[in-house]
Amino acid sequence: MTALMRRLRHELFATPADGLITVLLLGLLGAGGAGFLHWAFRQAQWAVVRVNSTLFAVGRYPIEQQWRIWLLTALLAAATGITWGMLRSHPRPDRSGELWPRNDRIASLLLVLLALLLPLALGLTAAIQLRWWLITAALLLSRWLAGRFGPLLPPLAKRLLPLGLPLLYLLGMVLIHGGLGLLPVPSAEWGGLLLTLLEASFAILLCFPLGVLLALGRRSELPLLRWGSVLYIEFIRGAPLITLLFLGQNMLGFLLPGGLAPERVWRAAWVLTLFAAAYLAEAVRSGLAAVPRGQLEAARSLGMSLPQAFASVVLPQALRVALPSMVGQFISLLQDTTLLSLIGLMELLGTARTVMANPAFLGRNAEVYFTLAVLFWCCCAALALGSRALERRLDPAALARSG
Amino acid sequence: MPLTPNLPLPAALEPGGAVVPWWRDRRVVPWLVQGGVGLTVLVLVAFLLSNLIRNLTAAGLLLSWSWLGQPAGFDIAETVLPFQASDPYWRGLLAGLVNTLRVVIAGLIGSTALGTLLGMASFSGNGLLRGLTRVYVEVVRNIPLLLQLVFWYFVVFLALPNGTAALQLPGVVLAKSGLYLSGFGEGLRWVAPQLVSGVWQAPLRWSVEFAALLTGLIAYSSAFIAEVVRGGIAAVAKGQWEAASSLGLSWLQTLRQVVLPQALRVIVPGLNTQYISLAKNSSLAVAVGFTDLYSVAETTLNQTGRAVEVVLFLLGAYLAIDLFISVVMNSLNRLVQIRER
Repeated sequence: MTALMRRLRHELFATPADGLITVLLLGLLGAGGAGFLHWAFRQAQWAVVRVNSTLFAVGRYPIEQQWRIWLLTALLAAATGITWGMLRSHPRPDRSGELWPRNDRIASLLLVLLALLLPLALGLTAAIQLRWWLITAALLLSRWLAGRFGPLLPPLAKRLLPLGLPLLYLLGMVLIHGGLGLLPVPSAEWGGLLLTLLEASFAILLCFPLGVLLALGRRSELPLLRWGSVLYIEFIRGAPLITLLFLGQNMLGFLLPGGLAPERVWRAAWVLTLFAAAYLAEAVRSGLAAVPRGQLEAARSLGMSLPQAFASVVLPQALRVALPSMVGQFISLLQDTTLLSLIGLMELLGTARTVMANPAFLGRNAEVYFTLAVLFWCCCAALALGSRALERRLDPAALARSG
Repeated sequence: MPLTPNLPLPAALEPGGAVVPWWRDRRVVPWLVQGGVGLTVLVLVAFLLSNLIRNLTAAGLLLSWSWLGQPAGFDIAETVLPFQASDPYWRGLLAGLVNTLRVVIAGLIGSTALGTLLGMASFSGNGLLRGLTRVYVEVVRNIPLLLQLVFWYFVVFLALPNGTAALQLPGVVLAKSGLYLSGFGEGLRWVAPQLVSGVWQAPLRWSVEFAALLTGLIAYSSAFIAEVVRGGIAAVAKGQWEAASSLGLSWLQTLRQVVLPQALRVIVPGLNTQYISLAKNSSLAVAVGFTDLYSVAETTLNQTGRAVEVVLFLLGAYLAIDLFISVVMNSLNRLVQIRER
């Protein structure tokens, strides 16, 4: 107790000036906190979020087709559980063989709490509540199954399992879009969180190979490749995203033969991809610069071809160094999807605008913006957290320990 | 050793003595690769351009700049350059550009000041101050700027009261009708904002749109600048702090005279990136109803249909602003680099 007191005193009241700052900040914090609580529990009318929760989740996706989104969510939950379980059961000398380490127990508890409390807070109907509970149960069950029986799978099955993720992505596209016997749902009816995540994931997946190619091009010894890459990267980085989206919406129709221009949702997705690729290229380039030249020369002198040397010697090292800044780019890409609302797409912020234009919810801006801010903050913080975990895992020292 | 002329190209030999086929010859491959890429790009560009020209001709919109002289027909609420609806388009675009520059310059100054303070605060001895700085940076960086801007505008600034209920500080009044600042009035007299029959009057008035945009941009950029400053200060060896304090320098003196001059070398390149982001981010003004360059361009395009010209102008203008910032920051960078003796 005295140690804690001493520490507090040292941290907060070391000098009179420090003490004054502490008291001032505590006063501000108290006033701000009290004001916020008063607003959140007395003034705010959360009905605007409760009533429109479906709109915020999927936009105007037809009700009778929404089972497809539920199915996709359940599949994603199961895939998350399996990935999580397989990662845990993978033997690592730096970790005890425990199947449910403390962090996992905390995460599971949080998930269960979220599944119990969120539907309650949103006032969802019993049927929808039940679905969320089933999805959470599916996640935890597949986590348990993969952790328990994953190690017993034959090695070939274990190696093929990651291929399920891209397949799931394609399946998700089919489920959302329709086709293959499913009723097509026009992209103009996609919206809310669904559209935000779709645009962000599409751009993140496709900008990655493009960005790596551009970064390699920028460092190439061939002048045409180098100057081409530099020109592209600097052109894109010199323009605000909104002007590029504007270009995509207004000029693409002129640049392609009549009728070939993609729908607005896909135009925006491609612009986001091409935009993000230029920024990602710079992140990858800094990673490439960190790999000593000798690595490439050693690989070449072992008889590897140039593509081989890059694929198995240089890029793995460069991408590890570039990982934090790459994830930083992905986070800003997720945030940049809000700009789609400015060109009339119904992603989260666009949906929010239509909701607040409804006379029934006029002036409820604070509630809606606060909800969106929390949602975005959680997504971005989760990405950053995942990146830090991956960094620790890919740390050469940790890799050497686990062999 | 006798000189042998090496023309024509002698065949390259494998280590075993076999002749390397031409498609693997190191003197040929670079040309093959570049030729292939160059040809692909050329074909793509030719395809896009031919479509563009055909489509534009069909729409009767072939590249021309004469429309710039026609009267714009729209008004701009807040300008530095005087502008009215009967003025030509080019004046409107120029007024938009000046408005953008106004936001960018004010934003640069504000976010540099706030960001530097926050960056320094993250090294404070006060744990609470350090913690709050961290929380601020993490909250601001993980919420989209556009969301923050609409929050500032619709939730904070549009909720301000008018008239006597307005927020009043010495020399500054913040009301729903705008931000009023003291300044020199007629005859170089210092004039404070005053209420004249229910309406505030002051030498300087900023619209709430401008104030909200500026607040949002500064709040957002300063979090990133704080990180740049923090990184720069962290890059200065710990021994420098210790040496300075053992010489009897205070915390502030140490920071100002020993640490910051060294940290600037790391900070300036980082600031360059952040300043350019800020300039580009100012284009989100359209979301809060401030008429900047982008928003004038959008209106112009909607009225004239001149997509290509407007987009070209827009891209060129932002590129010029970015280049200007880069040039200034690069010369600043040369100024703060170590000069080896």
